[in-house]
Amino acid sequence: MSQSYNRGLVEDFGRWREFTAGMWAWIFHKFTGWVLVGYLFTHIAVLSTAIAGANGQTVLVGGEQLNVYTATIQGLESLLIVRVMEVGLLAVAVFHILNGVRLLFVDLGLGLESQDKSFYASLIVTGVIVIASIPTFLEGAF
Amino acid sequence: MSTQVPKEDERTESVEHEAEDSAEQPEASHGDRRRADRDAKRQSVSGAPAEPEQDAFRLKVFRYDPEVEGKMEPRFDDFSVPREKGMTVLDALIYARDTYDTTLTFRHSCRQAVCGSDALFINGRQRLGCQTQISDLDKPVRVEPLPHQDVVKDLVVDMEHFYDQMHAVEPFFQPDEESPGDLEEYRQSPENREEIKMSTRCIWCGACMSSCNIAAGDNQYLGPAAINKAYRFAMDEREGENMKEHRLNVMDQEHGVWRCQTQFSCTNVCPKDIPLTEHIQELKREAVKQNLKFW
Repeated sequence: MSQSYNRGLVEDFGRWREFTAGMWAWIFHKFTGWVLVGYLFTHIAVLSTAIAGANGQTVLVGGEQLNVYTATIQGLESLLIVRVMEVGLLAVAVFHILNGVRLLFVDLGLGLESQDKSFYASLIVTGVIVIASIPTFLEGAF
Repeated sequence: MSTQVPKEDERTESVEHEAEDSAEQPEASHGDRRRADRDAKRQSVSGAPAEPEQDAFRLKVFRYDPEVEGKMEPRFDDFSVPREKGMTVLDALIYARDTYDTTLTFRHSCRQAVCGSDALFINGRQRLGCQTQISDLDKPVRVEPLPHQDVVKDLVVDMEHFYDQMHAVEPFFQPDEESPGDLEEYRQSPENREEIKMSTRCIWCGACMSSCNIAAGDNQYLGPAAINKAYRFAMDEREGENMKEHRLNVMDQEHGVWRCQTQFSCTNVCPKDIPLTEHIQELKREAVKQNLKFW
């Protein structure tokens, strides 16, 4: 089904105003899924410094010998951008979980007629959880 | 079309003449008045087409004809269509074709959402032209052929691929055995009928297939309409176990039910309100159940 004239793919982002709830849910689920996969790799990279840390390898930070693992974690956590991105990661993970539950119900054939409402609900709950977590996540960051 | 008497403030002479005529014959039959009304409109258009009417809206229609020089480049034509009570997009298109441009091409037949010929892309959404009220739409009304299908001419798209997919699921009743009893009829329980009721309403308009983001990118995907058709027969108890197994095998493919990613686009656009996603999901579950069955 090729396009015989160019009006853009219909579910192209140029038509994002016309997208319905189910479409947005799909896009967000894909997006958050890829973000989580990306995070997984950086997570492995950071965690693997624990191997060197367990072998007693140290690094000089501010005139003080620190375990490599501790130094990496502390170094990352001292960066403001990392603290802010952690909130983003929380938002992405929470939405992916909630929408995953929604998709589970869709797969079970339960409440398909209110699938749009459950999408909005998962968005709202994600927002609430993220806002409630900001004090904890950003404590002392600024 | 409406049965309104031509308005008094119509501008062309011929219309006034017509209006007088109809005023002189108060006992004119319903049909006569309709005819007079229609003729009046035709003349008013040929007389002064540039004059925009008071209560008219703009109809933007996609035009394309690969065989005519000067039309090979796709474009939009604007038509001014007088608003009428109960007017549908199809009525407006028919008006535009009859009054402005007889080469405007679109499919239509029954005008009552049964034949499924006039699925169009109206204001960014797949709808049936005959089912969509002008009053429900933002103006100007923009009419395009169905997306993701080759345009043959103007609003006519090539439905061949859609029909191929529909036929691929064997959309006909195939019972395992002869009908029980001495009657030829295959009797269905009311409960079973209720289960497949919505799926039988499909009119093959192709709106779902056109709205589906997955079908757009995957030509082998059967598409919502075909899967719904398969559901209609797979869930029909009269066909028997063997046939159901065969049907589920057809569905249980990468390009069968498993392509559906539950975007609900098809369910949203279906003019007959068939819960397509629900049916696809149910077939997914049936397919899994069949695969898990080890006895």
